[in-house]
Amino acid sequence: MKARLAAALCLLMASFAMKASIDAYPFPNEELAVRYDALIAELRCPQCLNTNLAGSDAMIAQDLRREVHRMLLDGRTDDEILAFMHERYGDFILYDPKISGATFVLWFGPALLLLLASFVMYRLISNRPTEALLTEDEQARINQLLAGNDRE
Amino acid sequence: MNKNLLIPLGVFLLLVVFLGLGFQLRDPHFLPSELIDRPFPEFELVDLHDGSVVRSRRDLVGEISLVNVWATWCPNCVIEHPELVRIAAEEGVPIYGVNYNDDTPKAIAWLQRRKDPYRFSLVDDEGRLAIDLGVYGAPETFVLDEKGVIQYRHVGTVTNEVWRQDLLPVIVHLRGRREG
Amino acid sequence: MIPEFGHFSLLLAFGLSIALTVLPALGVYRSDQLLMRTGPSLAAGIFMFLLFSFFCLMESFLADDFSVTYVANNSNSALPVQYKVSAIWGAHEGSFLLWTLISAGWTLAVAFFSGSLTADMKARVLAVLGFLNVGFLAFLLFASNPFERSLPFHPQDGADLNPLLQDFGLIVHPPMLYMGYVGFAVPFALAIATLTTGRLDAAWARWSRPWTNAAWAFLTIGITLGSWWAYYELGWGGWWFWDAVENASFMPWLVGTALIHSLAASEKRGVFKSWTVLLAIATFSLSLLGAFLVRSGVLTSVHAFAVDPTRGLFILVFLVMIVGSSLTLFAVKASGIKSDARFEWTSREAMLLTNNLLLVVSTAAVLLGTLYPLIYEVITDGDKISVGPPYFNAVFVPITLLLFTVMIVAPFSRWRKTPVKRLIQDHWPWLAIGPIAVIAGALVTGASREPLALFIQTIAVLIFLLLVKHWLVTVKSGWKVPSASYLGMILGHLGILVAILGVVITVYDSDGRDVRMAPGDQVELGGYQFTFRELAKVQGPNYVSDQALFDVQRDGNPVTVLKPEKRFYSVARNVMTEADLDPGLFRDLYIALGEPVGDDAWAVRVHVKPFVRWIWFGGLLIALGGFVTLADRRYRRERARATVAAGVTA
Repeated sequence: MKARLAAALCLLMASFAMKASIDAYPFPNEELAVRYDALIAELRCPQCLNTNLAGSDAMIAQDLRREVHRMLLDGRTDDEILAFMHERYGDFILYDPKISGATFVLWFGPALLLLLASFVMYRLISNRPTEALLTEDEQARINQLLAGNDRE
Repeated sequence: MNKNLLIPLGVFLLLVVFLGLGFQLRDPHFLPSELIDRPFPEFELVDLHDGSVVRSRRDLVGEISLVNVWATWCPNCVIEHPELVRIAAEEGVPIYGVNYNDDTPKAIAWLQRRKDPYRFSLVDDEGRLAIDLGVYGAPETFVLDEKGVIQYRHVGTVTNEVWRQDLLPVIVHLRGRREG
Repeated sequence: MIPEFGHFSLLLAFGLSIALTVLPALGVYRSDQLLMRTGPSLAAGIFMFLLFSFFCLMESFLADDFSVTYVANNSNSALPVQYKVSAIWGAHEGSFLLWTLISAGWTLAVAFFSGSLTADMKARVLAVLGFLNVGFLAFLLFASNPFERSLPFHPQDGADLNPLLQDFGLIVHPPMLYMGYVGFAVPFALAIATLTTGRLDAAWARWSRPWTNAAWAFLTIGITLGSWWAYYELGWGGWWFWDAVENASFMPWLVGTALIHSLAASEKRGVFKSWTVLLAIATFSLSLLGAFLVRSGVLTSVHAFAVDPTRGLFILVFLVMIVGSSLTLFAVKASGIKSDARFEWTSREAMLLTNNLLLVVSTAAVLLGTLYPLIYEVITDGDKISVGPPYFNAVFVPITLLLFTVMIVAPFSRWRKTPVKRLIQDHWPWLAIGPIAVIAGALVTGASREPLALFIQTIAVLIFLLLVKHWLVTVKSGWKVPSASYLGMILGHLGILVAILGVVITVYDSDGRDVRMAPGDQVELGGYQFTFRELAKVQGPNYVSDQALFDVQRDGNPVTVLKPEKRFYSVARNVMTEADLDPGLFRDLYIALGEPVGDDAWAVRVHVKPFVRWIWFGGLLIALGGFVTLADRRYRRERARATVAAGVTA
């Protein structure tokens, strides 16, 4: 279930292939194929200008895809495969930035901003001006007069 | 003036500072190495010239050395080759080669046509050692200390200038450390 | 000689732009009617010279004048003629000439179609636009001259246009984008002009609305076309990657959407006036920021124009000047404006405010994600980090879903206070139908039953049903014929829901596979059978290709023949995948060739993508909605009134 969702989201995020590289690696079952698609969409090609492994035909991308395929057949988990790549290529190769002190602002910034915005909106709507406003009747009469003017 | 109204300007100026600093940044293709201060990866690869000899990490340990990732399909490797030959001959630093994703007979012929600066070259025909080294393109050159720990990586052609300004200082520092 | 004429023409336009900046402004300062009225003629002059310059560049391309560096870099004698023309905007210098031409075009339009503006305001607006044109032309003349020649040694033939750009998409996508980006300069100029007067009244909002809607509609088309182009061209079946350049176009759009809604509130209720002015400044600032990001090399992208830090610096300085001074002016002049309108949580004002806040937060998130690698590298002095689709989707989708949910009730909201209880009583049957219809539909069609998919589809259906109900109520009430504004609103919201439906269904119900196939092999996917019949060699105008023929059938009945290609462009020495598509209203069939894998087998990618076209139909509907609002009587009536008044006093 989760794999399908992940794959769905990966189809969403995949990709801008400059020259799409299609390998047609065989997998013994559907689940591995789905995990493969998800992983190669989430890993960045170390050599290219902002392309994932799925979308690049650079030599290193081809080699890394082959490694992902091999590791999946070996029975490694997604986390292990991502860790393998991270050990060798660093944060750069992960399109999903890890949540850490350094990426705190990145991951929590929007949520904090949303909270701040909600707070501002709350203040705006709850603030009632103290001057006397028109009563409902007065407002209605003015509306009528204005409506009359509008119809030429 | 309502001070809150200055917030957009403040945010904008902060943004501009980062954008301006962005100009100082290096080449977008450049990736810093993850392997600095880590031991050279373990491997079991065949020697380029003698297919019956299997080499491993042990063969790289013992001296301060360079490991150069090269291939016959790599044009910059041709350009840097004379400098590597010179370094091997004059600078007292052994160079080991990793023949990356290549064809062995072609590679042997390539080295015969030019001189061979390498103590030995490894046949990394699947590129697995290269991946373990975090290589993303050829040529790349690593500086190892006498314990086989990676101290520096240079991506791209090794010119004389690169040797003098980038590689030699590291090697000098390592020699000093070893003495001290 | 022609390139020299083109270059000289730019100089003349530059001079006139300086005049346009100075003279009307001087007229305002001195209350001199004559000076104020110089605007339109100057605008016309600038446009004519830029158009001439543009034609000169076009002629250089058509005549294969490879002594012009830009032509030599982007064209070739064998290039088909339509691409010789579109190659004009295929790289930095020429595309910026197009940008500037479009800017002059909008300036001209404002000069001649703003009868409802007072002479004073018009002069101020044209002065601001004039100043922008000065900046653009300065950039062209001093840092990006498309007419540079490489005499006396120039190439015999050109380097050819990047094969990826030799496509219909290039012909339409950038011009539409620029119409949008630059079009936002008009509400920007109106905002600045209004700030300089110190008065922020509803008239300013009314003036701004048609221009904003038009620019926004163009940008919508541009983004939609870009997504569609990527989909069929790039061989993967994806249509959005959150690449820096895509984000550069999306951010002005998001804030532009907020601006459209905010203008409605400002015009009709006089609320949020300062905020709307800020939005107008922000939208155009994001357009400029986008131009900077794409052309300076500061961000990594396959789409970015060739890297040149000098140019980037120029744009950055321009950006700081324009946006910095605008925001300073805003801080100083917007202080006194306070609206004392009251409104409840359920009111239309609150709905619009929610819309704005959600859109602005999502824009901030996209901006943060796009710039974070840069910020990180600066702070850590060299460490690199990547921020890609996993981040953007995780952050953008929830916020958009919130917004989408609010859209269900938005048309029913009333100014100041919405009678919620009564509305629920009147409409609960419609609210109940929604979830039932969606769940039933999923069960019947075998579509995905993921809760999130069902949830989004339910919201889409509810929005649709309630839009229909609202339309019926409005039309049948007898006393009111729906205005163009209202029709535009309906179309726009309908477009959003069509696009989101397309996204959800494509994401959850697509079926795709990479397989190894030789002639004779067959694969079954999504109810269709794909048979690899044979491989042929094809010769194109400037390429050679391997073309595979696939027979597609459904339940034994032939559906279509697909012919994906692997093209080799001889001059650029580039290999391109040309996927073949069978487009359909309810599904796309998609095949792309990978590499040959030994014997005569090939790696083949096969996709069945249901409802994917709805994404772009939705986009076009949204744009249509924007354009439709321009026809509203209100705007034409204003001009008639102003003309009458002018006639009386003249």
